Amino acid sequence: MSSMIKLENVKKSFGNKHILQGVNLEVQKGQSLVIIGGSGTGKSVTLKCVLGLLQPDSGAIYVDGKEVTSASNSERKKALHKFGMLFQGAALFDSIKVWENVAFGLIQGKGLNKKDAKEIAIEKLRRVGLSPDVGELSPAELSGGMQKRVGLARAIATEPEIIFFDEPTTGLDPIMADVINDLIVECVKDLGATTMTITHDMASARKIADRIAMLYKGEIIWEGNKDQIDNSGNAYVQQFITGSAHGPIEMELLKP
Amino acid sequence: MRLAFRTYRKQTGILVNNPLATVGSIILGALAELGRLASFAGNSISHIVRPPIYWRLIAQQMWLIGYNSLPVVGLTALFTGAALAQQIYVGGSRFNAESVVPGVVVIAIVRELGPVLGGLMVAGRVSSAMAAELGTMRVTEQIDALVTLSTDPFKYLIAPRLLAAVITLPILVLIANIIGVLGGYLIGTERLDLNAATYITVTVDFLEQADVVSSLVKAAVFGFFIALMGSYHGYNSRGGAQGVGKATTNAVVSAFIAILLANLIITVIVFGGAA
Repeated sequence: MSSMIKLENVKKSFGNKHILQGVNLEVQKGQSLVIIGGSGTGKSVTLKCVLGLLQPDSGAIYVDGKEVTSASNSERKKALHKFGMLFQGAALFDSIKVWENVAFGLIQGKGLNKKDAKEIAIEKLRRVGLSPDVGELSPAELSGGMQKRVGLARAIATEPEIIFFDEPTTGLDPIMADVINDLIVECVKDLGATTMTITHDMASARKIADRIAMLYKGEIIWEGNKDQIDNSGNAYVQQFITGSAHGPIEMELLKP
Repeated sequence: MRLAFRTYRKQTGILVNNPLATVGSIILGALAELGRLASFAGNSISHIVRPPIYWRLIAQQMWLIGYNSLPVVGLTALFTGAALAQQIYVGGSRFNAESVVPGVVVIAIVRELGPVLGGLMVAGRVSSAMAAELGTMRVTEQIDALVTLSTDPFKYLIAPRLLAAVITLPILVLIANIIGVLGGYLIGTERLDLNAATYITVTVDFLEQADVVSSLVKAAVFGFFIALMGSYHGYNSRGGAQGVGKATTNAVVSAFIAILLANLIITVIVFGGAA
C-alpha cells in the first residue's frame, strides 16, 4: 500500500490562535480515515489545508507523493482534479438547478458537453436514491437530507481518487444520518477512493472508518484501527466516544 | 505588519494609550486594506483577459446590472434634468439669461450628473446585491465548493461581474444623459415657454465630443469600482449573517467614495486646464 495523503508537522495559526500545532497524519490509498474531535479542534482547518483552501504556516502536505503546499497554482489545480468534497451544509450552488450542481465539476472541470454531463448527473442522482425529476428543482426546494445526498452526488460525479466528507451527518435525523453513512460506504467502495472524514458523530465514524484519528488542541493525540477505538487506553478518546461530560477534556474547558 | 505592531505594543505595554500609536495603527490598517484591494483587483483583471471566458455569465450579469437598473437610472436622470432646467431658468432670469438653460443643462448632465448620479444609483443597487450574493456564497462554503470542483472563483464569479459592469455602465449613462437632457427640454418647453427648436439647436451646439467621451470613460471607471467593491467585500466576508450585512454596507459606502473620488480625478484631468 502506498500513502495517498500525508501531513508532516503541519501548523496553522490565525492571529494568536494556534489552531494546528504540528499535525502528522497518513492515509493509505483506498483507505478511509475518520478524524474525530470536538468543535474548534482544527478538523476543518486540516481538510482545508490539504485542499489548498488554506495555506499552512509550516509543514508539508503530500498528495499522491507530491508536495502541494509549495506547488504552483497550475500544479495545485491539477491536484484538485483528484479531489471531491461533501461540505457540511452541502454548499450547493443555489443559483443553478440540482442536476447542474451535480454536473458542475464535469462541465467546468473536465470540459464535458452539457448533454453527456446531464446524463451522468442523473445517473449519480439515482445512485444516491434521488429520481431524475429532483434534478430539475432548485437546491433551496430540497430538505436537508436531500441536499446532503445531492452534495454527495456532486462529490462523486467526477469519480475522484480522494473524497473529503465534512461532518456528513450533522443536522440530520438518526435514520437519514444512517442512510447517508450507507451511501458514503457504498459510493466509496464503488470508486475505490481514498477518503478523509471529519465528524463528531461516533455512530458515523464507526460505520465509515477503516482507521480513526483523534484531533485535540491542534494535534493528533491518538490513531488506530476502527476496532481499537474502544480499547484505546487514551483517556481523552475514551471520554469522547462515551460522550461523557466528565474527564480530562472538561478540565481544559473550564480554563479560560 | 499589523500583527508585529500589536505584539510590539503588547510587549512594551507603555504604548497602549498613546494616541500616536492609535493613529499609526489605523493608517497601517488602511494601507494594508488598500494593498489587499489592489491585489484583488489585479487578480480579477488578469482573469478577465485569460481564457476560458464565461460569456453566458457575463451576459447574465449585464442583464442584472443594466436592464434592471434602467428604471431607477432613467427616473433619476429625468427628474434631475428637469429640476436643473428650472433652477437655471430662475437663476438666469435675474439677468435676462434664460437662453443659457439648454447649454448649461446639457453640459451639467453629460459631464457630471449623468455619470455620477447614474453611478451612485447603480452602486446602491448592484454593489450591495453583489456583496450579499458573494458573501452568502462565502459563508455557506459555496466558494470553497467551487474550488474543489476545479473552478477558479475569480474566473467564474468575479471576472464576469467586473467585465459586465464596465461594459454596461457606459450604456446606462448614455441613456441617462439622453433622458436627463430630455427632462430639461420638457420643463423648458412645456413650463418655461422656451422655443423647442432653439432648445435643441443650442443643446447640440454646446455639446462637444470631449463631453461625451469623458462621460462614458467615467461611467466605465465607475462600473469597475461598483463591481470591484461589491465583489471584494462579498468575497472576503466572514462570520455568518452579520458578516454578510457588514460586507453589504461596506460595499456600498466604499463604492460611493470610490465613484466620487474617481469623478473628481477624471474631471481634473480632462477639464482641469485653464480655460
